[in-house]
Amino acid sequence: MECKINPNRRFLRKEKLPHFFCSGCGCGQVLNYFTQALDALGMETTNLVTIGGVGCTARIPVYLLSDTLHGVHGRTLAWATGIKLMQPETPIVIFAGDGDLASIGGNHLIHAARRNLDVKVIMVNNMNFAMTGGQVAPTTPEGMRTMTTPYGNAEPSFDVCELAMAAGATHVERWTTSRPVQCVNAIKRAMKHKGFSLIEIISQCPTHFGRYALKTGDPHALIEWIHSHTYTEGQEGTHTPEELSHLIKCAEFRREERPVYAGTTRPVAGGVK
Amino acid sequence: MPIVKATQKHVDTGVHFMLGNYALVEGAISAGCNFFGGYPITPANEISERMAQRLPEVGGQFLQGEDELCSIYACAGASLAGAKAMTATASAGFNYMQEGLGYCYAIEAPVVVADVQRCRGENYASQADVMQMRFGASGDYEAIVVCPSSVQELYDYTIWAFNLAEEFRNPVIIMSETTIALMRERLDIPAAEKLDLFNRVYTKKRPDEYLPFAAPEFGCPEAAPLAKGYKTIYSLNPHDEEGRIDWDPVVFDKLYKRITGKILENRKRICRTEQFFMDDADCAIVTYGSEVRPSLEAAHMAREKGVKLGVLKLCNVWPVPQEQIAEAAKQVRRVFTVEMNIGKYAAEIERVVNGRCPVTRVTKNVGLVHTPEEIFRAVVEGTK
Repeated sequence: MECKINPNRRFLRKEKLPHFFCSGCGCGQVLNYFTQALDALGMETTNLVTIGGVGCTARIPVYLLSDTLHGVHGRTLAWATGIKLMQPETPIVIFAGDGDLASIGGNHLIHAARRNLDVKVIMVNNMNFAMTGGQVAPTTPEGMRTMTTPYGNAEPSFDVCELAMAAGATHVERWTTSRPVQCVNAIKRAMKHKGFSLIEIISQCPTHFGRYALKTGDPHALIEWIHSHTYTEGQEGTHTPEELSHLIKCAEFRREERPVYAGTTRPVAGGVK
Repeated sequence: MPIVKATQKHVDTGVHFMLGNYALVEGAISAGCNFFGGYPITPANEISERMAQRLPEVGGQFLQGEDELCSIYACAGASLAGAKAMTATASAGFNYMQEGLGYCYAIEAPVVVADVQRCRGENYASQADVMQMRFGASGDYEAIVVCPSSVQELYDYTIWAFNLAEEFRNPVIIMSETTIALMRERLDIPAAEKLDLFNRVYTKKRPDEYLPFAAPEFGCPEAAPLAKGYKTIYSLNPHDEEGRIDWDPVVFDKLYKRITGKILENRKRICRTEQFFMDDADCAIVTYGSEVRPSLEAAHMAREKGVKLGVLKLCNVWPVPQEQIAEAAKQVRRVFTVEMNIGKYAAEIERVVNGRCPVTRVTKNVGLVHTPEEIFRAVVEGTK
C-alpha cells in the first residue's frame, strides 16, 4: 500500500520525529495549524526565527526547520526584542505556554505589547504548568484542582487577551484546538500583521490538567469540555447572558495598525518634547 | 583574518578628562559595540545615558529594557543577530542577569556585561562580587572577567573585553567598581588605526554543510548569520554538534569539556598581569581592580623604608592567571592578597601559591578602598 506523507512535513526536522508530546496533547495540533498557515501563505521556515522558552509548548519550535532559540523560561520576548532591533525584517514567531508567557514572562509580555514589537506570539493555554507535573497557573480557572491547589484554586484567573490589549497589543485573537480552521486563519492573519500579534489557543492537557482538574485523561472528552466552555460570536444567541458570563469568548478581538517598535534610530514623531 | 582596525568615526581620538563610566562607553563604541540594553541602576546609570546618546550616532541600537532580564536576553538575541552587544548593571542588578548569562555561556553568544560593583544597595566601594562574576549562573562554564583599575583602563579593557568575547564566543564581564566608575581623570584615546578589533569568525560553509557547534576539542565554533537558512537550534539544553538537544552522556561530556576547555586551555592567551618592583622583591602583593593603586602606593612607602615589596597586578581575575601568580610566589617569602571583601579571591591565590610561601590576607569590606598606609602597615606586620 502506498504510504502518504503529510506535505507539511517539509517544515519539520525529520530526525526529531516522532515528537515528544503526550498522546492527545494539543501542542501537536498547534504545530500542525502553524505549518498549514505557512503552507497557505507560501512561506518557508528557513528564513524565520522561532522561539520557545521552557515548557511543553516551548518545544514546538524545536521541531521546525528554522533558526530557533530555546530553553529559558519566560524570556522569549526579551530575545525577540534584541533580534528585532538588529534584523527588523526577520519574521519572529514565539510559541509559549500560558505559564511561560503570562506567569514568569508576564512583564515582558506587557512591555512587548506596549512597544508593539513586531513578533507573532502563539500562546498555547492548557491552563496549568504541564511539563512540571500539573501545577496551578495564572490561567487556571478558579476553584479547579491541580497538584498545588489540592483544595481548589483560590485565585481568580487571567484573561491574557484582555491583558495584552490593555497593554497595547495590535492584533489579538483567541481560539481553541477544537476550532482548527479558525486557528489556521488566525495564524495566517498574524503572519501578515505588522506589529504585535497574540494568538491564544486553548488546548487540552490529558496528562495533567485533564486528570486532576477535569477528572479525565481522555483527549476527546477534554476537547469537548473546552469546546463547550467557549463560544464564538456566532454562538452568542444560543446562550443566555447568565450562561455566557461563565464561558470564554473566542474571537478576533483586535487587529489594527500602529507604528512598530524600531528602537532608537527611528525619529520620534513631533521631535523631542 | 578576523582582526581589523577600529573605525575612526567610532573613535573619539584625543586627550580627555572623563568620567569612568563614560570612558567605558567610549571603549565599547571604539570596539564596534552597536547594541546596548540596560536597566537603570546606580552607579551604572551614566553608562546607559551615554550609550543612549552615542549609539544612534554610530548606527547602533539602544534599549532600556523593562528589567535586567530583558536587557541581558535582548543582548543575547542581538548578539545572535550579529551585533556586538553589551549591557551594564551594578551588583544587585547583576544578580538578575545571571540567568541570561547562563544561556549565553551555553549557546556561546558573545556579550559584554559591565558590573559596576557597589555595597549592598549603596554606592560604596566593594569587590564583593568577585566570585559571583565567575560562578553566578547555574551549570558548567568558564567566565572571562577583566578588572580595570583606572579610567584609562575602563576604556582599554572594554575594547579587550569585546575582543575576547568575539574570539571565544563567550560572555566577558568587565568588573568595574564605584571607585573608578564615578572618578574623572585623564583618558588618552588613540587613533583608530592603533586599535585592533577581533570580529567573530563566520562560517563560509553552505547551510547544508554547516554544523553549528562543531569545533576543535577546546575551540570555538564558527558562527552563522540568523534567519539565512542555517536552521540552528540555540538551546540551553545539552546539544550535539548539529545543535540537536541531546542528553546522551557522551554529548554532555564533550559539550561541557569544550565550553570550559576553550577558556581554560587558552588561559595563557587570555590572562594578563603587570608587575611592579618585582625584580628584586622578597614579598609581593597580589591584587586587582581599584585596590591596585593604593597597593602601588604602599610599595613606594615600603621601598622608602627598605622593605623590598613588589606588586603583581591582575588585569583579569577569571580565568585565574595561575602561571604568573605561581611564578611570583616562587620568588618571594610571602604573598599579601589585597581586596575589598571578606577575602574571596584570596582563597584562589592560596590555591595557586600552593604552599610555595605563606599568604597573608589583607581584606576589608566597609565601603572604602584600602589606604596605602593600611596596606603598608599590614605588610610590615606580616613580614616581621
